[in-house]
Amino acid sequence: MKELLEIFLLFFKMGAVTFGGGYSMLPILRREIVARRAWLTEEQVIDFFAVGQTLPGIIASNVSVFIGYQRRKTPGAIAAALGVVTPSIIIITLIAALMQDFQNNPLVRHAFKAISICVCALILDAVISMWKRGVKDWVGVVICVAVFALAVFTQLSPVWLVIAAALAGISVRKLREGKG
Amino acid sequence: MIYLRLAWEFMQIGLFAVGGGMATLPFLQRLGERTGWFDQQLITDMIAISESTPGPIGINMATFVGYNTAGVLGGIVATLAEIIPSMIIVVLVSKSLARFSSSPYVRDAFYGLRPAVTGLIAAAVVSVFQTVVLDFDLYHVTGRLTDLISLKYLLFFALALAAIRKFKKSPVLYIALSAAVGILLKF
Repeated sequence: MKELLEIFLLFFKMGAVTFGGGYSMLPILRREIVARRAWLTEEQVIDFFAVGQTLPGIIASNVSVFIGYQRRKTPGAIAAALGVVTPSIIIITLIAALMQDFQNNPLVRHAFKAISICVCALILDAVISMWKRGVKDWVGVVICVAVFALAVFTQLSPVWLVIAAALAGISVRKLREGKG
Repeated sequence: MIYLRLAWEFMQIGLFAVGGGMATLPFLQRLGERTGWFDQQLITDMIAISESTPGPIGINMATFVGYNTAGVLGGIVATLAEIIPSMIIVVLVSKSLARFSSSPYVRDAFYGLRPAVTGLIAAAVVSVFQTVVLDFDLYHVTGRLTDLISLKYLLFFALALAAIRKFKKSPVLYIALSAAVGILLKF
C-alpha cells in the first residue's frame, strides 16, 4: 500500500510540473525513477517511451502505466495512471470554471484571440515536424494527402481513417516483401 | 444520461487516437460537430489552456471538454474514460513487451499511421485557421473579401510560426507573449 501511494505521488508530481506531456516527462522520469530510486534502467525508460507512443492514447499516461505495472502489476498501473491525470483534472477544472466568469471580459477576449492564433501556428509547427519525421516516401505522401483531403472535405470519422491507414501500411509493406 | 455518453465517446477517442495528445484534436472537433456539445471557439480556447498549463495536453483537453459539457463530474468522466482503453492495452502489452515491439505488423502499421496522423492534424489546423485567422462570419454578412482576411491576424500568424520554427522554445512562452500582444494591440 505504501509503495502504491509512492507511485501515485510520483506520477502526480510528474503531471503537476511538466508542460506538454510526452517527452517533456523524460528528464524528470530519469531523475526520479532511474537515478534516485533505481526502479528501472535508462534503457527501460527509453523503451517504454518508444512503445508508449506506438500505442493508442496519451503517451504520458501510457508510459506511466508501463512503469506502474512494472513495479506493482495492475494496482501499480492504476495508481500511476490516476497520479498522472489528477493534477490536470484539478488545474483544468479550476481554470475552466474561472473562464466561464471571465470570458466576456474584453481584456481576456483580446488575449485569447491572439493566443488562439498563436496556438494555430503551434499546431502547424507540430505538423511540419511530424511530416519531416514520419512521411518518408511517396506512399507516405499519398496517405497523408488522402487522409487530409478526406478529413477536410467529408464527415468521415477519424476512426475509419486511422484503421484504413494502418491496414494500408501493412498491405504496402507485405506487397513489397512479396516482390523483393 | 450525459455521463455515459461522455464516457462512451471518450473511450473511443482513447482507443483510436494514436500518436499522443494532439492526435485527439481531430476526434474532439468531430465530436463537437456531431453532438453540438461545444463549438470551434471552445476548441481553440481548449488548446490554448491545455498547452499553457501543466500536465499532458491530451489529458488537459479531455478534462476541459468534459467540464464544459457536463460540469466537474463530466471532466473527471471524460478524462478517465479516455485513458482506460490504453491502460488495458498497455497492461496487456507489458506481458509481452519484447514480442510487441519487434512485431513486423506493428512496424508496418506505423508506416501507414504516421502519415495519416500528420494528415489528420493538418486538417485540424485548417479548421482552427478558418475560425481564428479568417473571419467567415463577417464575410458571409458583407461578402467582401477584405472582411474575410484580416491582415493583422494573418501577419501575427506568420510571425508566430516563424518565431516558433526558429527559436524552438516552450509553447508556454509563445502563449504568454501572445496574450500580451493581444491585450496591447486589442485583437
